[in-house]
Amino acid sequence: MINLESKPKDQNGIVNTDKAPPIVAGKNLTSEKTPAAKTKAPTILEARDVSIYYGEKQAIKNVQLKVAERCITAIIGPSGCGKSTLLRSFNRMNDFIDGVRVTGQLLFRNTNIMDPGVDAVELRRHIGMVFQKPNPFPKSIFKNVAWGPKINGFRGDINELVETSLKQAAIWDEVKDRLHDSAFSLSGGQQQRLCIARALAMDPEVILMDEPCSALDPVSSARIEDLLFELREKYTIVIVTHNMQQAARISDETAFFVNGELIEFGETQQLFTRPKEQQTEDYVTGRFG
Amino acid sequence: MSWRENASSNMARRHLLSNLFRLFCGALTWLGIVLLVILLAQIIWQGGSRISWDFLTRFSSSKAAKAGIYHALTGTIWLIAMTAAFAIPVGVAAAVYLEEYSKKGRLSTLIEINISNLAGVPSIVYGLLGVAVFKYFFNFGQSLLTGSLTMSLLILPVIITAAREALKAVPSSLRQAAFGLGATRWQVVRYHVLPAAVPGILTGIILSLSRAIGESAPLLVVGAATSLNFTPSNAMDEYSALPIQIYHWAGDSRLEFRELAASGIIVLLAVLLLMNATAIIIRWKSEAKTS
Repeated sequence: MINLESKPKDQNGIVNTDKAPPIVAGKNLTSEKTPAAKTKAPTILEARDVSIYYGEKQAIKNVQLKVAERCITAIIGPSGCGKSTLLRSFNRMNDFIDGVRVTGQLLFRNTNIMDPGVDAVELRRHIGMVFQKPNPFPKSIFKNVAWGPKINGFRGDINELVETSLKQAAIWDEVKDRLHDSAFSLSGGQQQRLCIARALAMDPEVILMDEPCSALDPVSSARIEDLLFELREKYTIVIVTHNMQQAARISDETAFFVNGELIEFGETQQLFTRPKEQQTEDYVTGRFG
Repeated sequence: MSWRENASSNMARRHLLSNLFRLFCGALTWLGIVLLVILLAQIIWQGGSRISWDFLTRFSSSKAAKAGIYHALTGTIWLIAMTAAFAIPVGVAAAVYLEEYSKKGRLSTLIEINISNLAGVPSIVYGLLGVAVFKYFFNFGQSLLTGSLTMSLLILPVIITAAREALKAVPSSLRQAAFGLGATRWQVVRYHVLPAAVPGILTGIILSLSRAIGESAPLLVVGAATSLNFTPSNAMDEYSALPIQIYHWAGDSRLEFRELAASGIIVLLAVLLLMNATAIIIRWKSEAKTS
């Protein structure tokens, strides 16, 4: 069994357990909403020469990608470019699709998660996921949040954990008086924030988001974007989005894919204002895609 | 000239056809209902007068006035309870395995086709299998065990198929949500997939048990008794069953006994209705819980 628990260590070998935001050049930059500033953070997730196949069809082609810790990394590109496929491979959610094959290395804190010694169930406790369509369990709001910790052997004050998670997901005030109502009584945007709270309750290090706003109205989307800014203080977020404005607004770094190939990857501001590749420029300016 | 000009002349005919089809479907629906009501009315007319507490609590007799159905009723209850005890765990487990665990491939397709085919095998064939395997090979004799194991084989394909359909209907987003929280396959199945599939699985179980309760052919072959003056007290006892007793009475040349057969049918129908009602209540409850 490969240990996924290892926390980053400083030079003295002391485990850095408090998740303080990284300080770059003596200045705490996380309070600012200028995303490009955070990219000096250490790498937490990395794709090394990753190719993903569905049977014969190659969905991802030799991709190199580094996700920086406590940053928001956006993955953009036209439909069918393999964005979601790559995202889902970071916590082995592709395991459930018959005929998917991954080559190359996918590293989480320098552990290759494709290694046979890695337990995918264990991995998913560290790398959570929020899906395209809100998918709360057909249970109460409380149980939606409490279930994950419970099955993973949480021994503590579950009420407190549920409350903290719901507060972190900015939905506590809307649901605190009806925690035991069905999650289906919530609106779509609320359901999605509940799903985020559910993921946060596991205290993950990384949260993968697969177009989390695509099924929501603009107001709900905006609330989730605000929320992502706050979550960036503690968590690493990788978000697939169809909405380029959204990527530009919220992310520190952006990866642009076409047909399974990583065309360009860099600081969001740079990628949107001074792209290096012609294809990127065409896409972000709306000339194609 | 455009084709639009003669299009309108078509309208009357198309509406007529549409209405005729509606009438046709409606008529056939009512035909079914009316036939069923006539059948029921006739049975109640024939057998209703003999339904009494005595009829339910007496054993079989050579005198129609003294004959009761107690032995057959208890036998059927035993038989169905034991059949359910064997077939439900096996059937649901098989469905869960096929749907949630096994890789989709040629083998699983082959198994799927064969299970569907087994659901269509005539019940008498299962009876013959029961005689060969349970009665003689395992030497269970003409016992409740032989009868209920044979019945279990008969209804297993139906339970498996229905349970698989119910599991298939559980949205994959639910599974993904649970897996995404670090759940194992068992936790996903136990806490999310099975609860969501319960209404569908129950429907399959009730349908198949309803089929089993009315089956007489396999029981005749494996040897259920007709005239008993005791009720079974354990799985190795001899037993009778409602359809067997009804069959026996219906074949009698005397009118009183044929009336008894009708009374027996009423009892059988009542048991069936009771079972279905229970299933519907459980379904309601589980649906209310999950939505």
